[in-house]
Amino acid sequence: MINASLKDLATALGARQISSVELTQLFLDRIARHNPEINAYITVDAEKSLAQAAAADVLIAQSKAGPLTGIPFAQKDIFCAKGWRTTCGSKMLENFVAPYDAHIISQFDAAGAVNLGKTNMDEFAMGSSNETSYFGKVQNPWDRARVPGGSSGGSAAAVAARLAPAATGTDTGGSIRQPASLCGLSGLKPTYGVCSRYGMIAFASSLDQAGPMAKSAEDLALMMNVMAAFDSRDSTSLQREKEDYTRDLNKPLVGLRIGLPREYFAEGLDAGVAKTVLDAIEQYRKLGAETVEISLPNTQLSIPVYYVLAPAEASSNLSRYDGVRYGHRAAEYTDLMDMYCKTRAQGFGAEVKRRIMVGTYVLSAGYYDAYYLKAQQLRRLIAQDFEQAFKQCDVIMGPAAPGTAFKTGEKTDDPVAMYLEDLYTIAVNLAGLPGMSVPAGFSNGLPVGLQIIGNYFSEARMLNVGHAYQQVTDWHTRMPKGIE
Amino acid sequence: MQWEVVIGLETHTQLQTRTKIFSGASTAFGAEPNTQADAVSIALPGVLPVLNREAVQCAIRFGLAIDAEIGRRSVFARKNYFYPDLPKGYQISQYELPVVGKGKLTIQVGDAEKTVNITRAHLEEDAGKSLHGDFHGMTGIDLNRAGTPLLEIVTEPDMRSAAEAVAYAKTLHELVQWIGICDGNMQEGSFRCDVNVSVRPKGSDKLGTRREIKNLNSFRFMQQAIEYETRWQIETLEDGGTIQQATVLFDPDTGETRSMRSKEEANDYRYFPDPDLLPLVISEADITAVKATMPELPEAMKTRFEQEYGLPEYDALQLTSSKDMAEYFDRAMLELIKNEGSSTIRHGKTVANLIINEIAARVNRAELPNIRHSPITAWHIVCLTKRMADGTINIKAVKEQIIPAIWDENLTHANAVDDVIEAKGLKQVSDFSAIEAIVDEVLAANAAMVAEYKAGKEKAFNGLVGQCMKASKGKANPAQVNEILKKKLA
Repeated sequence: MINASLKDLATALGARQISSVELTQLFLDRIARHNPEINAYITVDAEKSLAQAAAADVLIAQSKAGPLTGIPFAQKDIFCAKGWRTTCGSKMLENFVAPYDAHIISQFDAAGAVNLGKTNMDEFAMGSSNETSYFGKVQNPWDRARVPGGSSGGSAAAVAARLAPAATGTDTGGSIRQPASLCGLSGLKPTYGVCSRYGMIAFASSLDQAGPMAKSAEDLALMMNVMAAFDSRDSTSLQREKEDYTRDLNKPLVGLRIGLPREYFAEGLDAGVAKTVLDAIEQYRKLGAETVEISLPNTQLSIPVYYVLAPAEASSNLSRYDGVRYGHRAAEYTDLMDMYCKTRAQGFGAEVKRRIMVGTYVLSAGYYDAYYLKAQQLRRLIAQDFEQAFKQCDVIMGPAAPGTAFKTGEKTDDPVAMYLEDLYTIAVNLAGLPGMSVPAGFSNGLPVGLQIIGNYFSEARMLNVGHAYQQVTDWHTRMPKGIE
Repeated sequence: MQWEVVIGLETHTQLQTRTKIFSGASTAFGAEPNTQADAVSIALPGVLPVLNREAVQCAIRFGLAIDAEIGRRSVFARKNYFYPDLPKGYQISQYELPVVGKGKLTIQVGDAEKTVNITRAHLEEDAGKSLHGDFHGMTGIDLNRAGTPLLEIVTEPDMRSAAEAVAYAKTLHELVQWIGICDGNMQEGSFRCDVNVSVRPKGSDKLGTRREIKNLNSFRFMQQAIEYETRWQIETLEDGGTIQQATVLFDPDTGETRSMRSKEEANDYRYFPDPDLLPLVISEADITAVKATMPELPEAMKTRFEQEYGLPEYDALQLTSSKDMAEYFDRAMLELIKNEGSSTIRHGKTVANLIINEIAARVNRAELPNIRHSPITAWHIVCLTKRMADGTINIKAVKEQIIPAIWDENLTHANAVDDVIEAKGLKQVSDFSAIEAIVDEVLAANAAMVAEYKAGKEKAFNGLVGQCMKASKGKANPAQVNEILKKKLA
């Protein structure tokens, strides 16, 4: 049951082989057993989860169940969920209980799904290893001495350790795809605007996008059917016809043109990862796809551009955490300025402070043109790279991350090395495109992710590309040891 | 040395929308603190702004009213600074691309007309309020006002005296109410002015260093503040000092301005486009739709009153100083013409006089909010005019008897005018022989006056008319009295 697909779980629930309460309890038990070590969850509330499960069982009994009814999902702790503590991985929100539901949460609720708990993450989603969380590091279930990636590291570890059938994540510069890659999962960052950002705590508003993390592309498609929806409360939410993301899953791949960006297989890519990714691409050729070499010439610029724009937006987005209305406030202070300074000095961790400072700097008078404005111009060039590329191919493939999971602490003191983790994922956010990572095998016993980048709104096709591969490989069904 | 003061204004007008500019919370004034602060107003984690289209329509209305270019694509930007009543740590405003571009407003200063150029007007959200009441030694924060839509209207430094600045502010104040985008309530802060003041040697075309007087919420304070600030700047310069750019506050108790913060202490607001909001795109159709709902503007109405009803410019200006009065006058004229025929259009001046001298004066004395609250309706004005025109009553009876009666007894019914005429027996005497008898009596009793008149003193004639009217208890038809008197004295 713990390795079952969402479809199989729905079938089992429908056939009354197991109830939602039993299924939820099964995962709650596994969380109780493994979470003290893995630390994938920040908050678990069995009572709430089981109440939702009981309600789902009623729906199932009344034959009112949808495809996800009664299935428990782990929710990244960046999504506000009414009555749930919502911390965003920060001391600043350590005791913040959200009084309202994020759109994503209400979508899962409306589907009759069960909220299994809130998963650990890098503080305010700033990080690529889940080491910046105020609530402690998360272990990679494949090697407990290694990081799960980030910022959706808790969600990735939870699904990899089978502490949840699937989870939500958010991806600002690779925060779904990189941990999916490092933990052997499938993860999708949709086109910007497909999933509402309402109630999703903002890091960098023009880049943030919610998406599903699961074992297989098919599971991702089922979750997308729930997560993708127009929401009038988010002005950047796109008003589109409702899609069935499973509709193309079984289409043949004959004639699919795969673009292989030169820049994604250049210096900086681990040899073992390169080989694993190339093997996967070979598998696609066997499935009838063609490959074409392409170029994304501004790839190298994406990291500096991102590390100007994302901190700029973050510096402003995080201004609301001032100790006045909610969240942490310093216990002692002499005046208003002192209250602000102490509250924020105590409430934020080092990486968050670093980005607030960078962001404040690049927006300051005299620097704005040289940094922020220049970065916005380059952002357009990066998007144009993809526009050109998609004239030659249907999807782009490459590694999701330059290496496999690294050791905890290995890059902590070297922010730039940590930032390079996102070399292959960041440009996708800057362009607003959809990107996906699927398990492509192992290098030295650690999972390697294949990144699939599609054109705007081509999620259904990308899921088809992922699913076809998963029909002829079994990497996505592999489980780490020691999670029994 | 001769000095010249240079003044520009930034006015924050609260827009009369039902809900806030970026959320569905109510904008009503005066509610219990924080009862109108929803998740967006409090800036809870994860909330997002959604633009209120009603606020955009208000901005378009204003743009049309000042003949400005409407920005087809304007951008919301974040103005970043920390303050306890600014919940997000930034204010959503417009910076580089405002919704309303260059426009102009004509003002009247004494007998002179002047055009003030408007640089821009942009949409933004208001902040909350800090309450310094009794909160156990702490400051209270009320976020009811946070997110109330504002239109900030910025002028060029076009004004050259406190009087001009106040005239501009008053004209703008009337205009925003006229077009229905602001309730104009200055006590409640619906209309707040920041005034930039600098001085320079007369004849210089270089601007001096300016100081900004913040948050003036009455025209009287504005006048005082500018006058004080101008004197202070001139004295400082004449004493060999220099003016430092600064933000100052006006203290109504001392009548002085004092510095709040200098340029060095000024915030670097780190403006950047708000990624949560798409650029605001306004189409030709949007503008056309708003245009269709625009009222006739004061300038146009003034011209029409002059041309159609033959009013002198002064009267037309008086009547169009508020929309309520202009509409009251217009309604009276339309009713008059409708009921009495198009020839009655010649009574425009009579109607204007009644409204300006009698009704408006009473409304002011009684401190009614506006002329619509007067018990004397436009219809009553029509009846009064009609009865004067057909010779039933004279102006004396109108002023001294009928209007006071209707006003004091609150006789709002349609027949009030005729009822009062009847009840008080005010029908004037137009019987030739009766008036002739009165005239003869008066002439006999006032031989001295007659002699004066005959000696060439024209004024004595008016005295004789007055005596005749008095003798008739005000009921004699003054035109007939005139005629008979003239004949008898010829």
